[in-house]
Amino acid sequence: MAANFFSANPSTKKLGKEKERVVDPNLQPWVEKYRPKTIDDVSSQEHIVAVLEKTLNSTNLPHMLFYGPPGTGKTSTILALSRQLFGPDNFRTRVLELNASDERGISIVREKIKNFARQTPRAQTVASDGKTYPCPPYKIIILDEADSMTQDAQGALRRIMETYARITRFCLVCNYVTRIIEPLASRCSKFRFRPLDSSSTTTRLQYIAATEQVAVTPPVISTLISTSSGDLRRAITYLQSAARLSAASIPPTEITARDIQEIAGVVPDSVINGFARTLGIDVPAGVDESGDVEMADAPNGSLRGFELVQEKVKALMREGYSASQILTQFHDLVILHPTLNARQKSNCALIMAEADKALCDGADEELWILEVALRVNKAVA
Amino acid sequence: MLWVDQYRPKTLKDLHYHEGLSQRLKSLAASGDFPHMLFYGPSGAGKKTRIACTLRELFGPGVEKLKIDQRVFLTPSRKKLDVNIVQSNYHIELTPSEVGNYDRVVIQEILKEIAQTQQVDLNAKQRFKVVIINEADSLSRDAQAALRRTMEKYMSNMRIILCANSTSRLIAPIKSRCLLIRVAAPNHKEMKTVLEYVAQSARAGKIPDEAAEDIVRDSNGNMRKAILVFEALKMQTPDLSGPLSIAKPDWETYCHKVGDMILQEQTPQRVMDVRAKLYELLSHCIPPTIIIKTVAERVVQGVDESLKADIMHWAAIYENRMRIGSKKIYHLEAWVVKVMSLYKHFFYDMDMSGFEDGF
Repeated sequence: MAANFFSANPSTKKLGKEKERVVDPNLQPWVEKYRPKTIDDVSSQEHIVAVLEKTLNSTNLPHMLFYGPPGTGKTSTILALSRQLFGPDNFRTRVLELNASDERGISIVREKIKNFARQTPRAQTVASDGKTYPCPPYKIIILDEADSMTQDAQGALRRIMETYARITRFCLVCNYVTRIIEPLASRCSKFRFRPLDSSSTTTRLQYIAATEQVAVTPPVISTLISTSSGDLRRAITYLQSAARLSAASIPPTEITARDIQEIAGVVPDSVINGFARTLGIDVPAGVDESGDVEMADAPNGSLRGFELVQEKVKALMREGYSASQILTQFHDLVILHPTLNARQKSNCALIMAEADKALCDGADEELWILEVALRVNKAVA
Repeated sequence: MLWVDQYRPKTLKDLHYHEGLSQRLKSLAASGDFPHMLFYGPSGAGKKTRIACTLRELFGPGVEKLKIDQRVFLTPSRKKLDVNIVQSNYHIELTPSEVGNYDRVVIQEILKEIAQTQQVDLNAKQRFKVVIINEADSLSRDAQAALRRTMEKYMSNMRIILCANSTSRLIAPIKSRCLLIRVAAPNHKEMKTVLEYVAQSARAGKIPDEAAEDIVRDSNGNMRKAILVFEALKMQTPDLSGPLSIAKPDWETYCHKVGDMILQEQTPQRVMDVRAKLYELLSHCIPPTIIIKTVAERVVQGVDESLKADIMHWAAIYENRMRIGSKKIYHLEAWVVKVMSLYKHFFYDMDMSGFEDGF
């Protein structure tokens, strides 16, 4: 007990100091708050976790390249791993985290990274929280969002990685492995992070909701999962935003699936269905006749053909929905449509692919949605 | 002072439409747990007004004391950049896209600087400062990537409010870190209410129903435009009676003239004339996208139904090429010639199959 008392004292003091500087956890984004503390906590990436567990025991670590879609736990995994390896005290001196918000041109690689890589790590000291950490004799440099590094900067890393391999390990984290130059990729062992399956997302979301005392219903969870498409961070952010909104409104209301959709920027199904009906696609929402429903919210019932489509697109744009979102949802509707034939569907897909490219290039949204509308109209006629 | 500025709502409860949204913003500001936000919607829908109102709700009237500052940044290649910054004690507002490709530098420098210092004013209502980034959809990829981690890391000292016309060009990681707030354009009834309110506050007497109807229809969901037009009309005919002629902006009539010229005659000579007009428009800083859209809309009004879709199709194609290419006039002209050839072929009822795919 006595030993505990002595060792506990400085750590609490330090914690208190930390508290002043950092915000209280209530104001923290939940993504940060619920970042896994150990690699066991990482959701759904069993294979990677199993491999990394071994390194914890053997204290040997290769250079690593983590890649996968956003929100699958790449950054969390490496942060948790380094925390477990070094403990809170050595973390600062042993780990260098650089991401896209830091200047990462070739000069930084040559100076900052090289200098850090060159230092021999200091001898291990006793951890302040009384636990023992493996604290292996190397440092870790985490290059987050490495796919936004220039080719030159990546090139400059090549030799550094080899020269200081004895005392420094690199961990590159990126979304697109193809943007990492081949010589770098071949120096690392690659780990692919899969999009999260819905069961582990559900578990995690329910855990967070329970800890934060937010009431969520199964439909809300399933909406969260469908709108975030395997991106856990997005799902958590949406959940937090929804919780904030519902708690802040007077009187506090329950979170509904519609709230989540609005937060996620998803266009309501009725709007997309209305749009599809205007273009002459039968939407099986219990309404067979395309004309009847449409005329209700069309500003002028006498419009036909081109004008009708143009007017509808204008109305859609005035509502402020994002074109890419409309396109995504409209695409799902058309591709999964039960009665359109394969030829019509492929024609539609062709048009949407073109429009997506144009939107990525920054083309005008209204023109392109109109273009999609007109050509889909022609394709399904 | 213009009516638009004079009668701009200052607090959330003065806002006229989207009550649900105002209520949400109000409660968010009161909760102390304020997220990063992304306001998006068509122009003139009231995004900036809502941002300003939210800020006031957060910090009180102190945010209205603005000062304009010019800051100089150095790029890694030692090039100097001037950026205009509007700031109060509690917030800072900037448009990084005005420095083009170097917006990343501005984002990195300014955000870090703000993020690493705490709120100085001890009496401030909130512990954080707010950074407003205008025209967020024209930020370069690099700049957006630079925002990603900063938004998470410095959450304790700063909140970011992004303001954009559309979310299409924002990368997914940014969208997933923000609370998305869609500000739709007001509908006709809401616009009329606002116009009546402005008329009343300006002691301009009652606004006749037909006049309001005309203004609303003309402005196409753009509240700012509607109020500007209203004020202009009021100056012309104080009692707003009788048939009103809403003066179209010069560039619009000019564009319509171009559209008519294309339909009147399809000859090389006419192409040259149109070209001169297009140059004139471009040299007056009318964005080429607006030109092609306005002209195209005019042209489709005057052609046969079967041609309309094609004309819009080519407008979309050439507008896209314009963005990728560097010289706008080429693509504008190419479109004009395309439309002329389509029109002429249609008139002489010739086989159009050779022109389906272009060359």
